[in-house]
Amino acid sequence: MIEVKSLSKKYGSYLAVDDVSFSIKKGEVIGFLGPNGAGKSTIMNIITGYLSFTKGNVSVDGIDIIENPEAAKKRIGYLPEIPPLYVDMKVKEYLYFIYDLKKVKFPKVAHIGEIMRLVKIDDVGNRLIKNLSKGYRQRVGFAGALVGNPDVLILDEPTVGLDPKQIIEIRDLIKKLGRNHTIILSSHILSEIQAVCERVIIINKGQIIADDTPDDLAKKLSYDNSLIARIVCDEEDMLKALSSVTGVKSVVSLGKKENGAYDFSITPMEDTDVRAAVYEKVNRSGKTMLSFSSDTVSLEQIFLRLTESGDNDEARRMLGIDTDSGQASEAEPGETVSEESEEKENDSSIQA
Amino acid sequence: MTAVFKREFKAYFRTPIGYIVLAAYFLFLGIYFSLIYSYGSPDLSSLLLAMSVVVTFTVPVITMRLMSEDRRQKVDQVLLTSPVKLSGIVLGKFFAALCVYAIGFAPAIIFEMIVASYVSVNILGFVYSFFGMLLLGAALISIGMLISSLTESPVISAILTLVVNILVLYMSSFSSMVKISWISAVISKAAFISAVESFGKNVFSIPDTVYFLSITAAFLFLCVRSLEKRRWA
Repeated sequence: MIEVKSLSKKYGSYLAVDDVSFSIKKGEVIGFLGPNGAGKSTIMNIITGYLSFTKGNVSVDGIDIIENPEAAKKRIGYLPEIPPLYVDMKVKEYLYFIYDLKKVKFPKVAHIGEIMRLVKIDDVGNRLIKNLSKGYRQRVGFAGALVGNPDVLILDEPTVGLDPKQIIEIRDLIKKLGRNHTIILSSHILSEIQAVCERVIIINKGQIIADDTPDDLAKKLSYDNSLIARIVCDEEDMLKALSSVTGVKSVVSLGKKENGAYDFSITPMEDTDVRAAVYEKVNRSGKTMLSFSSDTVSLEQIFLRLTESGDNDEARRMLGIDTDSGQASEAEPGETVSEESEEKENDSSIQA
Repeated sequence: MTAVFKREFKAYFRTPIGYIVLAAYFLFLGIYFSLIYSYGSPDLSSLLLAMSVVVTFTVPVITMRLMSEDRRQKVDQVLLTSPVKLSGIVLGKFFAALCVYAIGFAPAIIFEMIVASYVSVNILGFVYSFFGMLLLGAALISIGMLISSLTESPVISAILTLVVNILVLYMSSFSSMVKISWISAVISKAAFISAVESFGKNVFSIPDTVYFLSITAAFLFLCVRSLEKRRWA
């Protein structure tokens, strides 16, 4: 649906977007993640035809944005970071204006009415946008993006400045729309992306440093697939018992956490699932297991780990992507073989 | 284009700008009319020409926020990401401004009708002058639009446009200061006021029509380019 090939954008001598390539299939919901100034908004502005680019190729639904901008723009609904609203207009009046501007063919009153109900602004239809709160303005902007029911929705930080209730409402709406729209969503709020998106593209300093599902990213960055178990037991005995389980590489005690209960970090051998065996072992030894979870990292931690060094090559190395050839590098200690093969599949979309 | 036109035209009357501009036109038309009428002259062409001073000061007000405001409020994002051509956006705004300007001159038609009901008047001469004023407005508005598209501040836009208006309208007054004769001749011919005055001489001046229309087209084109250029910045 959206095809971006080796896209670069320079502002004067500053390279805002550096050779970015990705493709988005119809119906996918993609999250753009990155620190401020990473180039997320610039990329969105380019896809929507607001900005031009220095090098590369952008097409929407097979239509080149430079060659046939009107046709491409017709397929896109865009909610920029600051909703572009004529504050001297009333909500309904503004949406009718957008309707006329986009030359929409649906019945006007019914179509706008439906959108207003969907984003819950039907109660402010006759109020001046000037007098609306930030949350309402954001939703009016969202409504504007939905006018004409475009296939692609590009939403630049759609929940910024909203209260928690509104955030949940907008998030639910995005989920609902994700069923029959292709959506690109950018956000600082990582839980939002985790909740809504099937795929995350992490951008830093104008480059894509990761393009994967949130779960796979988490897997890659938790260096080993360690498990954390909290067991009511004798520390020494349990260490021995757990170490004897087939497939377990090492067991480390993390110390006493509750009364009589210890936490153990269990590292399995590569490509081995030891969860059932560990559980069985503990069960058979007559001890009680209080909790058992994998030591995964949250998207928040992934984001910080990948972007805090400020070095994109370093970030790629963390994900096991060779910076020169784009091939998966030698597996780092603790990395599993299966992860490596997944990376190879994703190489086409991650370019060094 | 029609969507942009409708929005911009209505926008003039959502703010005091439209009312202030129209009030200025109506007021001065009225004053000039009573003056001319008290001298017993039935020729309203001179009434229209006298308005060029008012035009000089009001066109900057009409055009000052036409392009700059969108940019300041970031609303240009909705226009430029919609399936509309840049020329459609520029023309929509241009005609909205021209409409407000034309409405400002509407009372002149009523005055002419009043005069015509008493004495025989030169209707054609009046129509030529009216047309000349519209052409002048179109040219000045297109210049003002370009200036407005170059800045984010309506105030700067208004001041710059005023300066340029005074220059292009009255540069014939400075022509005597230029010693090289052909440049001096060009300046006095190119001044908008000379072109407008030729419409007041009871003739339909084709060269001046072409002059104004080409100025208008050139500046509207530059305005489109200025929007386009911003995308490439």
